[in-house]
Amino acid sequence: MHTILSNERIYDNICLMTVVGDFQAARMGQFYMLRTSRDAPLLSRPISIHNLEQDRMQFLYRIAGEGTRLMAELRGGDSIKLAGPLGNGFPQVKGRIALIGGGIGIAPLLYAARQLDKPDVYLGFQKQPYLTEAFTPYANQLTVQIGGSILEEVNFSHYDYAIVCGPLGMLKEAARMAEGLETKVYVSLEKRMACGVGACYVCSVMNKNGNRKVCTDGPVFLAKEVEWHELSL
Amino acid sequence: MNLACNIAGIPFRNPIVMASGTFGFGQEYARLYDINQLGGIVSKGLTLNPRRGNTGTRIWETAGGMMNSVGLENPGIDAFLAEEMKFWETIEPVRIANLGGSSIEDYVLGAVKITKDTGERHNTHLRGVDMIELNISCPNVKEGGMAFGIKTEVAREVIREVRQATSLPLAVKLSPNAENIVDMAVMCEEEGADAVSLVNTFSGMTIDIHQRRSVFSNLYAGLSGPAIKPIALRMVHQVARQVTIPVMGMGGITSASDIIEFIMAGAEVVQVGTYNFMNLRAGENLLLGLHNFMEQENIQSLDEIRGIIG
Repeated sequence: MHTILSNERIYDNICLMTVVGDFQAARMGQFYMLRTSRDAPLLSRPISIHNLEQDRMQFLYRIAGEGTRLMAELRGGDSIKLAGPLGNGFPQVKGRIALIGGGIGIAPLLYAARQLDKPDVYLGFQKQPYLTEAFTPYANQLTVQIGGSILEEVNFSHYDYAIVCGPLGMLKEAARMAEGLETKVYVSLEKRMACGVGACYVCSVMNKNGNRKVCTDGPVFLAKEVEWHELSL
Repeated sequence: MNLACNIAGIPFRNPIVMASGTFGFGQEYARLYDINQLGGIVSKGLTLNPRRGNTGTRIWETAGGMMNSVGLENPGIDAFLAEEMKFWETIEPVRIANLGGSSIEDYVLGAVKITKDTGERHNTHLRGVDMIELNISCPNVKEGGMAFGIKTEVAREVIREVRQATSLPLAVKLSPNAENIVDMAVMCEEEGADAVSLVNTFSGMTIDIHQRRSVFSNLYAGLSGPAIKPIALRMVHQVARQVTIPVMGMGGITSASDIIEFIMAGAEVVQVGTYNFMNLRAGENLLLGLHNFMEQENIQSLDEIRGIIG
């Protein structure tokens, strides 16, 4: 059990939770399985690391169903169950790097921006941006777009690496745009999970080299290795 | 206090066995707690050839339960024996290989491979598979699995052939979707099975009303979790009264008191499945609860309460 310091609804159905604990093992792009002290809903929810400073972990999440709705009801002083850190995380790459986030897909990118060397950061939102100012100190250049596709702002050939997190369509499009380029594109995939530790085979994705588990082999994959036409949430 | 159980001469240190499909091959959970405390581990369902599993949504939560449509994704028996057995050689719990299939021939070939491998390991003083759990009840694979688990006389043929193909203790995992689960269990005993395990998941359905289609590409999926417990318990009770071979009882266990219920209904051991997802340290947690219950109720051995519900 971990203690919640604060849990605020920052915009519409977007929430930011700060939890205190020992998070020394956590790396950028990894996630935790979160659940309230209730038995329902049955399964924990995989939520990525938004930010980490010493013993303060932040989770940025969207209320998408019953599990996250119950999570959003928690207040400072309440407890939450965490299991993790889980997953492979983002690679600690060096060179010209673009971090590209769409909507709630910006969640794992803040901690990544802090761990990488001054990446260019591109954040896209459907209606209203949120938490973009947090990226400013760590970004070489910050581009924020409302409506349309943030990918239109990115010149992939300009980068050695692109790290992308967002809706499935955006990930697919990023993979397509970088085809034939030298740029290595990493995507952070989202799938429904049961165990989160690689035991249940619920979050499998088809990869060029066979099946991969999003929870343990991912969530971060090289875009060119993903069988995009097979993918669904 | 004595929690020991026994199936076909194989000693279990306690009645807690991790159910197929919820525990991988144990390695993932071994990083989280000492799995050597467990009575047994059942492998992910294995088939002769590797399977990539079902496409589309594989999991969906329902009231008090969850539905899965994984579709027996697994590395295949050869890869299991070559890779996963390295870990299984090192662990203490009873090692049970769950064997699935889509034809009698596949089941038999799979059983032969596992039996042969175990014999070779024993010859070199290594640990091998202790028991085979024959899965004739997977609801998520169209061409087979559950097809064998519905009609008793169809299942009889599979069990007879596999029984002849292996000298290992053989348990048969029964489907609650069987036409008559008691007849099915009695038939398993007649054909020489050493145990029956029940129940597998209930075939169920969820419709996405906005998309106007089933949530699952396979149309139906398997329901598990607390929602099924009373029905599973009733089935275990009915079966345990009619067979003399041991019963591995399962279905929605999430607490030590659930385990006690299954034992009182007549189960020799229990299997824990979905609860492994709710609590990654389920085994440790349940064992502690079981100890506490027995101490409070001053029960020395599970034999004192096993099958006491007439």
